[in-house]
Amino acid sequence: MTDRLLALASIFAPLSLATIGGGNAVIADIQRQVVDVHHWMTNAQFVQDFAMSRMSPGPGSLLVTLIGWQVAGIWGAVVATASIFVPAALLVYAIAHVWSRYRGARWQTALEAGLRPVAAGMILAAVYVLLAAIQGGWLARGIALVATSALMTTRISPLVLIACGAVSFVVLQTAVPS
Amino acid sequence: MNGIDVGQPTAVRLFLVFCRIGLTSFGGGLSGWLLRELVQKRQWLSEEEFLNGLALSQALPGINVTNLAIWIGYRLRGPGGAIMCFLGIIVPPAFIIIGVGALFATLSGFALTYPLLNGAGAAAIGLSLSMGLTAARRVPRRTIPLAMMVATFVAIAFLHVPLAWVALIGGGMSVALEYHRLMRIVPDDR
Repeated sequence: MTDRLLALASIFAPLSLATIGGGNAVIADIQRQVVDVHHWMTNAQFVQDFAMSRMSPGPGSLLVTLIGWQVAGIWGAVVATASIFVPAALLVYAIAHVWSRYRGARWQTALEAGLRPVAAGMILAAVYVLLAAIQGGWLARGIALVATSALMTTRISPLVLIACGAVSFVVLQTAVPS
Repeated sequence: MNGIDVGQPTAVRLFLVFCRIGLTSFGGGLSGWLLRELVQKRQWLSEEEFLNGLALSQALPGINVTNLAIWIGYRLRGPGGAIMCFLGIIVPPAFIIIGVGALFATLSGFALTYPLLNGAGAAAIGLSLSMGLTAARRVPRRTIPLAMMVATFVAIAFLHVPLAWVALIGGGMSVALEYHRLMRIVPDDR
């Protein structure tokens, strides 16, 4: 049991700091460790866990919480979650602290202004990749675009929007079978 | 100030807002939720401050949304705020995913589950896209920032360059060029 907790920590803690650009970057590494190296689950079980992490609320990286729970129960969940989130959290915390001490320094303005176009490109590219691979084809893409314009032009609550998306997808798919 | 009483961002309010976002943000797009709740609805931060924090959260190692939560918490309420936002966005959804894992066998037998989730996921992409468009709209209309944005998009979407490389090389270049520009504008500043 303790062996498994240590193994979970030694897999996920380094990955915490390897996730530049977003949690999706390390999914392949997690899969390799959990399925191929430690044989904790089959590939099919891993894919199922991945799907569950996408359909649950909160950060997608909570996938590791689910894996930790399946591998070593509640303590496995705690160790896996802390390992993936805490190292990077401490880094950001330290940087936020430094940031507030040197407010307005030139390097700081340059970092903020320089990173913003890259961040905008990253977000739009991530959306492009999602739209290209979306389950549900053009109907789902249409819903995504309608949702975008609703968000940009009205004050609709995201929760209402997502509920409408879910219901209209089911209704339209039944009405217009593809 | 703005006609709607949303109160000041105390540590407890921050915790509750981040819990709510953590628990209701189905289908991803969490930074879009944060923009909506914190900037547009409660006006605790300006869009400018939010986008700066978002850009840093993306460039730093770690999960973008927890980075952003810590960043915003620290900005609004110092160390306590950072801890509250971090716990709020992680802990409640961690319980939910274990619950989902335990319930999965029952849910997967229900034929409507998958199309409902597909539809919810599609609408959630709208959150990310509107976030991306907001960020793009605020990129300065100068050649270098616009070129950096387009190059980043092409590198990831079409050339499939790993994100870490894009963050390090693209981000590094963009910051260096911006620093150079600032040196020319205000040469005698420190």
